[in-house]
Amino acid sequence: MIYARGLVKRFGEFTAVDGIDLDVAPGEAFGFLGPNGAGKSSTMRMIGCVSTPSGGELRILGKDPVRDGPAIRARLGVCPQTDNLDPDLHVFENLTTYARYFGIPRAEARRRATELLEFVQLTEKATSMVEPLSGGMKRRLSIARAMVNEPDLVLLDEPTTGLDPQARHLVWERLFRLKQRGVTLVLTTHYMDEAEQLCDRLVVMDGGKIVAEGSPRHLIDTYSTREVVELRFGDEAPSSYVDKLAGIGERLDPLPDRLLLYSADGDAAVSELHRRGFTPSSVLVRRSTLEDVFLILTGRTLVD
Amino acid sequence: MVTAILANRLVASPSRIGAVINRNVGALRSGPSYWLVLVSGFFEPVLYLFSIGIGVGQLIPSLTLGDRVMSYAQFVAPAMLAVSAMSGALAETTFNFFFKFKYVKTYEGVLATPVRPMEIALGELLWATIRGSLYTGGFLVVMIAMGLTTVGWAIVAFPATMLVGLAFGAVGMAVSTLIRGWQDFDLMFAGQFAMFLFSGTFSPVQDYPLGVEIVIGITPLYHAVELVRGITTGALSLGMLGNVAYLVAMGGLGVWLANRRMTKVLCT
Ligand SMILES: Nc1ncnc2c1ncn2[C@@H]1O[C@H](COP(=O)(O)OP(=O)(O)OP(=O)(O)O)[C@@H](O)[C@H]1O
Ligand SMILES: [Mg+2]
Repeated sequence: MIYARGLVKRFGEFTAVDGIDLDVAPGEAFGFLGPNGAGKSSTMRMIGCVSTPSGGELRILGKDPVRDGPAIRARLGVCPQTDNLDPDLHVFENLTTYARYFGIPRAEARRRATELLEFVQLTEKATSMVEPLSGGMKRRLSIARAMVNEPDLVLLDEPTTGLDPQARHLVWERLFRLKQRGVTLVLTTHYMDEAEQLCDRLVVMDGGKIVAEGSPRHLIDTYSTREVVELRFGDEAPSSYVDKLAGIGERLDPLPDRLLLYSADGDAAVSELHRRGFTPSSVLVRRSTLEDVFLILTGRTLVD
Repeated sequence: MVTAILANRLVASPSRIGAVINRNVGALRSGPSYWLVLVSGFFEPVLYLFSIGIGVGQLIPSLTLGDRVMSYAQFVAPAMLAVSAMSGALAETTFNFFFKFKYVKTYEGVLATPVRPMEIALGELLWATIRGSLYTGGFLVVMIAMGLTTVGWAIVAFPATMLVGLAFGAVGMAVSTLIRGWQDFDLMFAGQFAMFLFSGTFSPVQDYPLGVEIVIGITPLYHAVELVRGITTGALSLGMLGNVAYLVAMGGLGVWLANRRMTKVLCT
């Protein structure tokens, strides 16, 4: 579905995407994970054939995006990071009008619009204008709009950012259903749980480069330890404990409010801590997550 | 193969252009706000015709233009007809286009579909021309009713006003892709108003000093007025081919530039 080698995007002097390789297979759910400015959206726009690569090789659905842009876009569904729904059209008209851009006949467009509004649970809002909709409703409408041409490949740039937990779960559930239908999904996200829930495979991007690649499980196994101990010390800055705790666990990461201690066996590490006479104000042993992988790879927390 | 690629790259798809026009029809279907904008645009030139053409015309018994003698209203009416073609199309490709282009990002959504910048430009331009033509069609009916032209000449004049709308719409769109913000619109409206006053609209350009006359001869509304006035007064001349050529070139240039700028700004 997607094949990229040494893909580059430059804006003037600035390199936003710095030579990345990608292979996405049909039916796969593929994710981009990365901090702000990592180059996720720039990559998505190149895949969506609206932004011309500055270098490298890119094939989408086996075609060249520069030469066959319209033919490729006919088979893509795109949900951009910021909604660009049409404010002059009401909800239903937003979908039917969009369908017309794909050359879908009027009657068929109406049929699909009805079905899609049902799918994203916006049927009662059909004749509402876009402006008064809540952020989550707009997002769902954007997703519905991306489905209107029954695409083979769907690109979702941060599909659930800014949604409340309930709306998020609804979107996840809908995306999961698409995946079951065999639609290939490519998404970017800041949420680890989203990546773990939806993605078969993901890449972590930082500074325009891919710094890691694999399934969520694989990434956790490769880059993190099995367990993580979160320690809080009431008085002093967590960083001041890094030297004192040296030798316990495999790695220590001081965050502003807490210290992360990576260890295959969290409980053993905690015993060792107590044996050395440290008394943290709180101790939490948990399984390692993608969030930890992210922190290790980029030195940053995800949601800032 | 090569020709297929060329066709793919150069020729715009009529169905996709139609889809861009359909979007504006959809806006009409979605609520009353766009209707109000459309309807209000009709009255301005009609009001000028009544106030100046008829009102001021009472003071000027008749007017000699070359070897033709006509009433002042007959002189002013075709100019207002050209103005309504111009302002109808411009309202669409400046205000509305700029808003969609710069602020609400409508076109970014459209460009994620098979539609290309050129198809957006042509679709919006055709829609603008349709809007201008609704005004000029209505205006021609008013002119016939007032005996300012004949039905026959009105039928010939109608496509000429479409050309006027197309030419101004295209240039307006090109300008909209270049301007930075609403403050630049004031400049544009000042230019539009100056043309409105001096393009042989309310008095023959021959009455101005030669230098001024030459400057006016370069500006577009002058050519539009000359063409339309020649038709509605039934005085065709060879010079009108020059007016047509001017307007065609203006439209072509506008579309070309608009397409280039849209591609540059939206497809980065
Ligand atoms: N049109 C543009 N012109 C100039 N610079 C740009 C443009 N678009 C993006 N950039 C720059 O490219 C870099 C990558 O941006 P991009 O939007 O791809 O990041 P991202 O990973 O999507 O970030 P976020 O998580 O904040 O959405 C940023 O530094 C950004 O400022
Ligand atoms: Mg982004």
